[in-house]
Amino acid sequence: MAKPPIVRLQGVTKRFDDVLAVDSLDLDIYQGEFLTLLGPSGCGKTTVLRLIAGLETLSSGEIFMDGSRLNGTPPNKRNVNTVFQSYALFPHMTVFDNIAFGLRMKRFGRQEIRNQVSEALDIVKMTGLEMRMPHQLSGGQQQRVAMARAIVNKPLVLLLDEPLSALDYRLRQEMELELKRVHRQLGITFVFVTHDQEEAISMSDRIAVMNEGRVEQIGTPIQIYEEPENMFVAKFVGEINVFDGRITSINNGSAVVEIHGRQFPVQNRKNASVGQQVRVLLRPEDIQVTRDADGPKTSPALSGKVEEVIYKGKTVDLIIDLGAGERIFVTRFFNEDQEELVYREGERIHIDWLYGWEVVL
Amino acid sequence: MTKRGWFKDFAIGSTMVWITLFVVVPYLFVLLFSFLKPDPERIIVWNFTFVNYHDIFSPIFLFVCWYSLVLALITTIITGLTAYPFAFILARLPKGIQRILLLFMIIPFWTSSLIRTYALIILLKANGIINTFLLYLGLINEPVMMLYTQTAVFIGLVYTLLPFMILPIYSSIQKLDWRLIEAARDLGGTSHHIFFRIILPLTLPGIIAGSTMVFLPALGLFYIPDLLGGARVMLIGNFIKNQFLTSNNWPLGSAASMVLTLIMCLFLYVYFLSSQKARTEGVGGMA
Repeated sequence: MAKPPIVRLQGVTKRFDDVLAVDSLDLDIYQGEFLTLLGPSGCGKTTVLRLIAGLETLSSGEIFMDGSRLNGTPPNKRNVNTVFQSYALFPHMTVFDNIAFGLRMKRFGRQEIRNQVSEALDIVKMTGLEMRMPHQLSGGQQQRVAMARAIVNKPLVLLLDEPLSALDYRLRQEMELELKRVHRQLGITFVFVTHDQEEAISMSDRIAVMNEGRVEQIGTPIQIYEEPENMFVAKFVGEINVFDGRITSINNGSAVVEIHGRQFPVQNRKNASVGQQVRVLLRPEDIQVTRDADGPKTSPALSGKVEEVIYKGKTVDLIIDLGAGERIFVTRFFNEDQEELVYREGERIHIDWLYGWEVVL
Repeated sequence: MTKRGWFKDFAIGSTMVWITLFVVVPYLFVLLFSFLKPDPERIIVWNFTFVNYHDIFSPIFLFVCWYSLVLALITTIITGLTAYPFAFILARLPKGIQRILLLFMIIPFWTSSLIRTYALIILLKANGIINTFLLYLGLINEPVMMLYTQTAVFIGLVYTLLPFMILPIYSSIQKLDWRLIEAARDLGGTSHHIFFRIILPLTLPGIIAGSTMVFLPALGLFYIPDLLGGARVMLIGNFIKNQFLTSNNWPLGSAASMVLTLIMCLFLYVYFLSSQKARTEGVGGMA
């Protein structure tokens, strides 16, 4: 990404009375990307969006858009538009008038407005509903109108503030695909705010995981999921198992970690030193399970007992007791060559993982 | 029957009895009187007649009607223009200050409006508080004639009716979803556009409700023109009062009352239609 960012946040800080909502945050957003701000509620992600939109004023720091400084510019002079969580459709206006609002503010001609509104309606697949009032529309339709009202202005950046959170599960999945399609079709930069990590992973080009007003990690969905840089990201995005261990030896790019007295070879990406206390993180689906009944293990493994079996249709989830109150969560997928994925509660098993699938922090 | 049900029946029942005794029955009397023959000596004679409704459409009464409507309309406009900014600022203040200001607005209403009108005389008269103050400041050399002018009548009407305009507008501004204003700003709306295209249309139900509550009473508040206008300004209310208390023509006064009632019903019907329309369009009804 050698080209300059379309939006650059530099040391952006926002204080509400005594509460620090955004804490000297740096973030570059590039032309045409789908960037998601992901974090728990109260982490400052919506505030970042509102700062870009100009709906909040900065306490300190700088925001640049397309190379020029934006700090004092009022929202109506910024080339960004927002799809609000509540949609905020004007209840006294038809769908047409709602969408035409921004164009009328820019004093477009009557015919031009008509063409652009119908084009926007076509993009969100709402053609023919121009004359409806917002209260006559379903939640999903209101969502589409809110999208059309924003994109019709052809903003440099489209800001989306948890736009799917009010929809039910099926509609949300449908709208996720729709949003991706609109993003591809328009080529506009999308900045999307959500607390839903599945939504973030399935839609984004890049994800910025936020916590307490700071960015914890920024990267592609794969990087965020497979290589979390810290415990917050690891725990917030997906399920994770954590093993405490100690580095006992180092050999080139690998190291050996002792967990519960067993020596496990791991990749040494972070240049840990011998004797260092580390945490080994493993996703539930990265853990392999072997029955005691299938014969003794020769490679290092941890032994435990199946405590609970949860059948999920395409997967079986296991809660495994490793002793001394330590429990781990394992997900096994059904596949062709492993027909008997039937575990009994109380059954003795071994767990291990393939070298390199772990994350060492 | 539950205790609560008993109380509900009692509350509704006593209200019904009260309204029947002191509103419906007197009103039926007025209706009855309007069809009786006037007689200055015995007040009424039991002769059924339409003569009062014939007499009422005299040029003088029609002029009074027209004049009242214009006066009430101007009062409504002044009240609206005064109340809207006040209600707007009020609704945007912190909750605690809002309560105190609302209380200040309501406290004077614990006093009879007649007494408050007399208080206005003390303020407005030639050697009253305002003139004395302006003379003291040297802004004027001789007292300004304020009392017994049309301006004094407007001051009295607007002062008396202002809260009836402020409260409905205040309530509709409070219900306004401020996220819509953010959305409008986000879409490039200037303050001017946002006010006229978003805020004003969405608070229109409050303005209409307030206008009804100011316009209709303004037609009948006879003692304000009497006291502040020096009986030179005549409203329908004054005309009716004069028929009962001065001319001793109760039937004509009753007929005038019925005409006033009809005018009010007409305006209430228009108000009803506009609020129905607002409801189907979802204005003000959206959460």
